[in-house]
Amino acid sequence: MSALLETSDLTIRFGGLTAVDSFNLAISEGELFGLIGPNGAGKTTVFNMLTGVYLPTEGAVHFDGNLINGKNPVQVARLGISRTFQNIRLFDELSVLENAMTGAHQHSKINLFDSLLRTPRHYREEKRQRDRAYELLEFMGLEDRAGLPAKQLPYGHRRKLEIARALATEPKLICLDEPAAGMNSGEKVELSQLIRKIRDELEITVLVIEHDMKLVMDICEKIQVLDYGKTIALGTPSEIQNDKQVIEAYLGGE
Amino acid sequence: MARMFGILIVAIAVTFGLNWLLDSFVDDYVVRIINLCGISIILAVSLNVINGLCGQFSLGHAGFMAIGAYVSAYFTTTLRYFDEAQAKYVAIEPVFAGQWGFVPALLAGGLAAAAAGAVVGIPTLRLKGDYLAIATLGFGEIVTIMITNFEKVGGANGLPGLPAYSNTFWIYSFVVLVVMLSWALQRSTFGRALIAIRENELAAEVMGIPASRLKVTAFIYGAFFAGVAGGLLGHLLQTISPATFNFMKSIEVVVMLVLGGLGSMTGAIVGAIVLTVLPEALRDVESSVGLPGIRMVVYALVLILLMIFRPQGVFGQKELSLKLLRRLMPGSKDKEGEA
Ligand SMILES: Nc1ncnc2c1ncn2[C@@H]1O[C@H](COP(=O)(O)OP(=O)(O)O)[C@@H](O)[C@H]1O
Ligand SMILES: [Mg+2]
Repeated sequence: MSALLETSDLTIRFGGLTAVDSFNLAISEGELFGLIGPNGAGKTTVFNMLTGVYLPTEGAVHFDGNLINGKNPVQVARLGISRTFQNIRLFDELSVLENAMTGAHQHSKINLFDSLLRTPRHYREEKRQRDRAYELLEFMGLEDRAGLPAKQLPYGHRRKLEIARALATEPKLICLDEPAAGMNSGEKVELSQLIRKIRDELEITVLVIEHDMKLVMDICEKIQVLDYGKTIALGTPSEIQNDKQVIEAYLGGE
Repeated sequence: MARMFGILIVAIAVTFGLNWLLDSFVDDYVVRIINLCGISIILAVSLNVINGLCGQFSLGHAGFMAIGAYVSAYFTTTLRYFDEAQAKYVAIEPVFAGQWGFVPALLAGGLAAAAAGAVVGIPTLRLKGDYLAIATLGFGEIVTIMITNFEKVGGANGLPGLPAYSNTFWIYSFVVLVVMLSWALQRSTFGRALIAIRENELAAEVMGIPASRLKVTAFIYGAFFAGVAGGLLGHLLQTISPATFNFMKSIEVVVMLVLGGLGSMTGAIVGAIVLTVLPEALRDVESSVGLPGIRMVVYALVLILLMIFRPQGVFGQKELSLKLLRRLMPGSKDKEGEA
């Protein structure tokens, strides 16, 4: 079976710094895949290259039969990769529901004049977006906060809203950048269940960066470990836990 | 859609009635200020789509007004100029003569301004950062310089003899149009996308929102109505010159937005009215006190006070609504805190 996402010798340099070095990743459809590594290892940089935010210096990213490098974030989103951000990037002045609705914008087939003149197509589109966004808020357990401005949302909920917004783009692959950061243990348990549900019920492939080892080991089927831009291990959670190099990297890195 | 047209037709009928009432019973000077308020509202509401909704800082509104004013005047006005080759004065008759030529002339002015908006906006809005402010600043200067050197439209001396077609009816019909369309825009998937771009452009793009294209669209939309407003102003003043549309005019519109609260359309309307009426009131003060220029001092003072006490503008990004009014009433329980 060929991979949904595959990178070959992906490399990016910032001046003299090689942030990601000959990175190879293969994720099959339906997998729940973990990417871990100490701070500064290059994990977020990998996400930026997968989503068209950064152009790799060398190497290639293939997704679902398309070459990703050279495409901009908008084009990548349309191909079906969505993501969240380590440093949350919500649309603060929009409501929780409207934030989720913005994810559905790219599938809208109406033009500006439909909205300006309030044609029936405009109302249908509004309803489609609102219904879908509301479903996803329910899925993430945020429906009670739908009308609240996003900026008033507590921290843990902000992370969940980012996931709901990313899901509203109807992706084939969702990349979560430290979704549990700043959450308390109760929220983390709930989040693990939600991530599993995203894969099991919505049938979306998940790639997750996470520092919480318990959460990663718990939910991921396969884990790849990055250190100083290089892959140092790839395997199942139990293989990773017993890997000498990984233990060293974490002990040395922390 | 039927509802939109219904509201539009009712609103236009109301402006027609208003026009008649003002003409018959109200002092000319007051009518003139009311008309100037309407033009300011068109300018502020359209600039709010660019600067407020979409968060792009444009200083080009005066340039677009100039284009709208001169292009519409070209269609309605007899142009007289000295022809070097024939060594005599010649006249070009208007393309659309008569009152009914006014709307096509205004639309032509708006379209010309929109086209200029595309020329300025497409290359600059693709760049990240504040290039738009610089580019629109330069654009405004270029427009005034070009007009100054264009003798057929009077050059630096200006163009006199525009027919007095602007009245309360036409001005407020366009006020209704721009307010309705901007409201419809704001409350649609495109409006949310524009706000998303303003709030976090990278996140918007990663969600598949085509930021560059929407920014250009918003910019062209704003330029179009600035052009129409320029045409309306020209046919109200009846004489236009490059100085009418200098850099201060752009600043004035920005100040209206800042006063009302960037991103709030009702704020833009209130800002437009206040900053149109206030200078007129101050003009009286100026002449009675004998202190020319005090107008500008008061202007600056209002802005400084605003920056200190309410930097988000009077309305912030809120829209004025009955609900908000009720909440702001003294004694109400959930009174809004000063953010
Ligand atoms: N735009 C950039 N310019 C320069 N250096 C960068 C840039 N983005 C990331 N880096 C560097 O790349 C390295 C990896 O960063 P990052 O991917 O954020 O690490 P992680 O997410 O694994 O903690 C860091 O040393 C960081 O400073
Ligand atoms: Mg990171």
